[in-house]
Amino acid sequence: MKNLTAWAIIGATLTFLIGPFIIIIFAGASAGEALAFPPDGLSLRWYLKVFTIESFRQSFVLSMGLAVFGTLAALLLGVPAAYALNRYDLPGAETIRTIVASPIIVPGIIVGLALLRYLVIPLNFTVTMALFLAHTALVLPYAVRVVSSSLNNLRSDMEEAAVLLGCSRVQAFTKVVLPNIRGGVLAAFILGFVTSFNQVPVSLFLSGPGVRTLPIDMLAYMEITYDPSVAALSALLAFMSLAIVFVAERLLGFSRYV
Amino acid sequence: MSEPFVSLSNLTLSYGDTVAVPALDLDVVEGELIALLGPSGCGKTTTMRAIAGLLSPTSGRISIDGRDVTRVAANKRGIGLVFQSYALFPHLSAFENVAFGLRLQKLPEAEIRSRTEAGIATVGLAGFEGRKPAEMSGGQQQRLALARSLVMEPKVLLLDEPLSNLDARLRLEMRTELQRVQKKTGVTMVFVTHDQAEALALADRIVLMKDGKIEQLGTPHELYAEPATAFAAEFMGFENIFRAEGGNLVSDHGQMPLGFAAAAPMLAWRPSGVVVGEGPFRGTVSASSFAGGHREYVIETPLGPIKADAPIESAEVPLGESVAFDLPETTARALAA
Repeated sequence: MKNLTAWAIIGATLTFLIGPFIIIIFAGASAGEALAFPPDGLSLRWYLKVFTIESFRQSFVLSMGLAVFGTLAALLLGVPAAYALNRYDLPGAETIRTIVASPIIVPGIIVGLALLRYLVIPLNFTVTMALFLAHTALVLPYAVRVVSSSLNNLRSDMEEAAVLLGCSRVQAFTKVVLPNIRGGVLAAFILGFVTSFNQVPVSLFLSGPGVRTLPIDMLAYMEITYDPSVAALSALLAFMSLAIVFVAERLLGFSRYV
Repeated sequence: MSEPFVSLSNLTLSYGDTVAVPALDLDVVEGELIALLGPSGCGKTTTMRAIAGLLSPTSGRISIDGRDVTRVAANKRGIGLVFQSYALFPHLSAFENVAFGLRLQKLPEAEIRSRTEAGIATVGLAGFEGRKPAEMSGGQQQRLALARSLVMEPKVLLLDEPLSNLDARLRLEMRTELQRVQKKTGVTMVFVTHDQAEALALADRIVLMKDGKIEQLGTPHELYAEPATAFAAEFMGFENIFRAEGGNLVSDHGQMPLGFAAAAPMLAWRPSGVVVGEGPFRGTVSASSFAGGHREYVIETPLGPIKADAPIESAEVPLGESVAFDLPETTARALAA
């Protein structure tokens, strides 16, 4: 009886987690013209059509670029920040931590609106530039957090040992600290990439004509064309995320860091 | 005494507003094995970090081999340090750990290889070159850390609690190893420890520290046989220390008449210096335990508990029994106040 309850709970959880994913895979594989589940027969035509839609191609490139370069920028800021917060007794370290974490706390839609109101409109920032800043800021908290936790496991006397063997402080960082936190840095990159790529609310205000991230473009597409290609695209993106996480897990035990 | 090799003069070290070491003077002779001994917080580790250059002195001077290094950066001093935690690089093999410093000097590959292999062989780790530190035992990691410092041919090798992380058997092995390496390389060694047995067994000279100051400096034999102060005596195993006032021994508990004229304001006895079974005093045995070669008693007296070791051949005194004992002049150590 106890076993039965446990299985019921696990079953329900899995149904709610995986169910939508399965629905989307099949909805995208429909032979019919409209988005529907169960699908009207099976075909791969919508999966193929996704690749021919020009606006998807453009927004995919933009989203990919934002995710890769925004996350890299966040790491360039976040790794030294995490290092400084971790190793030095900085005045106001708690405040800095809170500020760094704030993009997680403040609703994305407000971040987007603020960037639009105070950067794009008065300062003539391009929308792409504003999006890049927004995605960098959004990923930064994850970068700092994940890198911090791997720095915590690294004793500081290791750097002192490196210095006494002849390293400068910078060499001690690049030759001893970085190699030992590279798993954490890669984990932060993947987490940041996925967060950025799937980001909707911040980007909502920051999308203009011709500049749209992929999730926003999919929303816009669905408002006009209610065909199964959006479901097909969603399924493809989900597979992409899965593949990234799977590869990362195999390469360095990703789940240890998150 | 020959020319000092490492010289600390008027060295003051502080953390923020807290002075850890006020005005320390210390000379170390070349090739000497010297121990900084003291309880935690006595400034011994702070002093060692200052010699290494990991901590800048507030004032004072550090010179090594005739050169003032007070303002020389840690990576330019030519000093090796074996950390208490070993601080090995977990991402590198044993070979690469040892070669790390040589590679930084951009030496030819052949020289790096031969010196690294020689260093690994010196500490008896030949055959372990490919292992990662995590795949080695504590004793092996310790020796690897030693080799990593030694291949740099440091002028001075510092060791932070070198034996404290090892079990008893390995400790003895490592002690012999350190002495052997020191003989072989002739490197000047300064090690920090809180364990007086370790300092006595290893060091040529011991610097006993208390509150950032040198309490006593001498050879192990001098410190063991002739501690100058109550602190030094206590550290060296004189567990019964009393004040001598007007023909009486006085403690916080009470007093007892002293059988001889005291030459110093304080007198101390090791447990082995207390005679059990005969003598002018009487006390009650409150604890007794067998310790192999002898029996350890705690005797309740007007002075409070006295620790006494009796030869194992003597008849055992049961708990709670009254026993005669003596604090003889021959085994008393006279101490400054």
